[in-house]
Amino acid sequence: MNTSQKRGAGGWKQLACKGLTAAYMAACFCFIFAPVAVLVLFSFQDGRLPVPPFHGPTLHWYAQALANDRLLSAMGHSFLVGAGSAFLSVVLGFLAAYGLARYRFRGQTLVRSILVLPMAVSYLIVGMGLLVMASWLNIAPSLWLVCISHVVINMPLAFAICSAQFNPAQVRMEMAAGDLGASLPRVLLQITVPMMAPALSAAFILCFTLSWDEFLTAFLLSRFDITLPVAIWGLLRGGLNPQTNAIGSMVFFGAAALALGAEYLMFRKKSS
Amino acid sequence: MNKMRRPSRRESLPGLLFASPALLWLVAFFAAPLLAMVAVSLRDGTTGQYGIGNFVQVFTEKAYTDALFNSLTLTAVVTLASLVLAYPLAYSIASLRSARMQRLALTFAVLPFWTSYVVRSYAWLLVLAPTGPLNSVLLAIGLIHTPLRLAYSTTATEIGFVHFFIMLDTLTIYASLVQINPRLALAARDLGASALRTFLSVTLPLSLPGIAVGAFLTIVLCIGDYVTPQILGGMRAIVLPQTVMMQIQKHLDLPMASAMSLVLTVVMALAYLTLYRFLKTGEPGR
Amino acid sequence: MTVLHPSSASSAHLAVEAVSKHYPGQTALETVSLHVERGRYVVLLGPSGSGKTTLLSLIGGFTMPSSGIIRIGGQDVTDLPPAKRPTTTVFQDYALFPHMTVAANIEFGLKLRGLKADARKARVATMLELVGLGQHGERSIQALSGGQRQRVALARALAVKPEILLLDEPLGALDLALRRQMQDELHRIQRQMNRTFVHVTHDQEEAMALADLIVVMSHGRIEDMGPPRRVYLRPATRFAATFMGESTQIEGRIHGQDGQSITLETEIGLLRGMAAPSSGAMTDSPADTQGRIWRTGDKAVAIIRPENIRTAPESGQAMGQALVYETVFQGNYVRVFARSETGQTFVLHSPAREVPASGSTITPHALMDDITIVPAQED
Repeated sequence: MNTSQKRGAGGWKQLACKGLTAAYMAACFCFIFAPVAVLVLFSFQDGRLPVPPFHGPTLHWYAQALANDRLLSAMGHSFLVGAGSAFLSVVLGFLAAYGLARYRFRGQTLVRSILVLPMAVSYLIVGMGLLVMASWLNIAPSLWLVCISHVVINMPLAFAICSAQFNPAQVRMEMAAGDLGASLPRVLLQITVPMMAPALSAAFILCFTLSWDEFLTAFLLSRFDITLPVAIWGLLRGGLNPQTNAIGSMVFFGAAALALGAEYLMFRKKSS
Repeated sequence: MNKMRRPSRRESLPGLLFASPALLWLVAFFAAPLLAMVAVSLRDGTTGQYGIGNFVQVFTEKAYTDALFNSLTLTAVVTLASLVLAYPLAYSIASLRSARMQRLALTFAVLPFWTSYVVRSYAWLLVLAPTGPLNSVLLAIGLIHTPLRLAYSTTATEIGFVHFFIMLDTLTIYASLVQINPRLALAARDLGASALRTFLSVTLPLSLPGIAVGAFLTIVLCIGDYVTPQILGGMRAIVLPQTVMMQIQKHLDLPMASAMSLVLTVVMALAYLTLYRFLKTGEPGR
Repeated sequence: MTVLHPSSASSAHLAVEAVSKHYPGQTALETVSLHVERGRYVVLLGPSGSGKTTLLSLIGGFTMPSSGIIRIGGQDVTDLPPAKRPTTTVFQDYALFPHMTVAANIEFGLKLRGLKADARKARVATMLELVGLGQHGERSIQALSGGQRQRVALARALAVKPEILLLDEPLGALDLALRRQMQDELHRIQRQMNRTFVHVTHDQEEAMALADLIVVMSHGRIEDMGPPRRVYLRPATRFAATFMGESTQIEGRIHGQDGQSITLETEIGLLRGMAAPSSGAMTDSPADTQGRIWRTGDKAVAIIRPENIRTAPESGQAMGQALVYETVFQGNYVRVFARSETGQTFVLHSPAREVPASGSTITPHALMDDITIVPAQED
């Protein structure tokens, strides 16, 4: 009797605890998804204002966004800057990670900390620095500068991802390849890069996504040709507009798909 | 780790060679610009003379000290609120039964990360607008009778920031929590500790690295951000990055902007040094 | 030594009564009963998946039984959480708090019991002394070796004076030499503290070195329990015989019974041996070995330990001829493997000086008292 009561009380307490946890998680997810839900919902708004009441679905604003030359060219620029800066970031980051994983040398810790330092500094500082230097050297703001700044921002990340993926088994495999007479560039291209392919592609996708989304340095360092976030920023000047919702929703779904893809690549690598 | 002899200079060469492109890039486009910024910040914008006048101005002129103060309080509020709200979420996710459920919950918890940075703040503007969904719901259930004026306020900025950093902190704290050996909590319970006591003396201290990483990233990203306060804050309580941008856009005063940016950098460095102890904590409770 | 029958349950320090544990689609423990007197060193021995760890975790309160009762010192603790039980556990990976010093780890449970600071300090010092870590109180856990961590875990669990100390494969992570050394330490500490220890392992040598009472488990059941000597020399079941060490096993059918001696009809002729005791028997005296019904014609197995097989003709019953096919040098003795024409294999220990050569023929002999007859199959 006594024991069964105790069991009952414990059960209630546990149940209440579980309920509270579930409620808290639900509340958090509501908060986290609120802006995305509102953004996507009102991109289909059949009216001029993306706020309630909802007037029923239309694809009008998507059509308008896709017909907006300024947005489209900005998207093209963002794509170029994203792909270019991500490629450079991954190549530089991979080489550095390789050098640090394969060879021991003096000042290794110092080199490592220098390589990740930009991660600890805000984008504003990176952008400001390049802006000051460019104006000193009389270089006009351009997409080239934006691309350079994005490599500064993303290369440390690519380096960190590659570093984390190097392991002793790979070193032995490379030693075996070298032992069989393969030259260093051959080992790199035929053994190391294929082995690292999942990490490299994940790093590329992440760098691309971050560059695609980066606003501050792009804003500071570009003038006539602008990237997508800067173009969207320009749209915001006109106040609340469902067209902004439409373009924002498209960017969200694209980026989320890419991010999930990158995660899938990394996760598959880990579990294999 | 076995101790090896110090590598000779000759052996050092290939490693450095591989790292050199990345290093050179950072020297040319990160270190050099920072030095240029330091040099420029010491120049007077109008007279062109060198001195610490800009820094004196940052710390004496009311507009700047207010901005600095606003930046610091905003960052403090956001960092604390995000950690307090994210910890229970990360903990709940980490205590889900199956690893697959945990992964799924985590992926969903950070999915809105991938909304465009600019668009995310704009979306909050929609949610908080006087006729927006939040006010509509609150009015409908009778909790309020006149719409709350949330948009274009410091509160709006804080909400926008907290939204982003809850996701970030959940990630870092979760990463720390799942590395803690579950037997440690069992051992504490076995020795007579209550659930609360076990949490306070075992789980919480061992998840400090995750808290520290989250706090550090929040501080760096929050104090240096221009977009969120500019869109959501409604120019009420201006923060330092906003004054920096104003110097650049309106007054074309790069020296002043540089000086303020450097002050920001020093604040970040201080945050790093404070949290360094926890960031480097290895072997978290294995 | 006294015999523990179910009737003595009330005097038992630890009583596990008809405890079962079912998980969806699998049974971890099936109606297990166990009674232990105060101050005994009990070893739960079995292969992985035998239910020994489940039993330990049920006693510690980390797992709730599906049915059955667990009593400690006469008190029903079945529904109590670990914190409220008079037990503490030494975990397999020690589970030391990595953010605390050695002393703080040991002090942890004492603080929870509301001891004053100086009392705690004195107790910590005593415990450190007990496990031979007197100077290491302020060390961090990360700075300790595996053996030292083991000692800290022991000190932490014993500091709160538990009625029963539970040890979950405590020596599993140590290398062999250290394991043997820690065995002796554990034995000394258990005698010194005079507490009941329940220790889980799959190492039968460890079990024999430590235990007052060995509990051999398999598939969620207790196969045999008793003092190490009895369980080794006179196992209750074929599984217990096999798990406790090497043996020659000769299959056959019951031919006749005379008191406790049983005649087995085998391919190598009639063999007289002693009937296996019932599980739980504390000695191999006839009084303890009753309780099993033997029917003529039933399948049964004769178990003979290798050190009890002689090749000299005057040492008991001959078991046919066998050809030596392998010898393994072990230092102070040699293991000899031989096979008869019928395919029966023998394993015996021979002094290093008089090893039969490979290919030679031997005539294995064994005394009736050194042969145990166990039923061929359980159930």
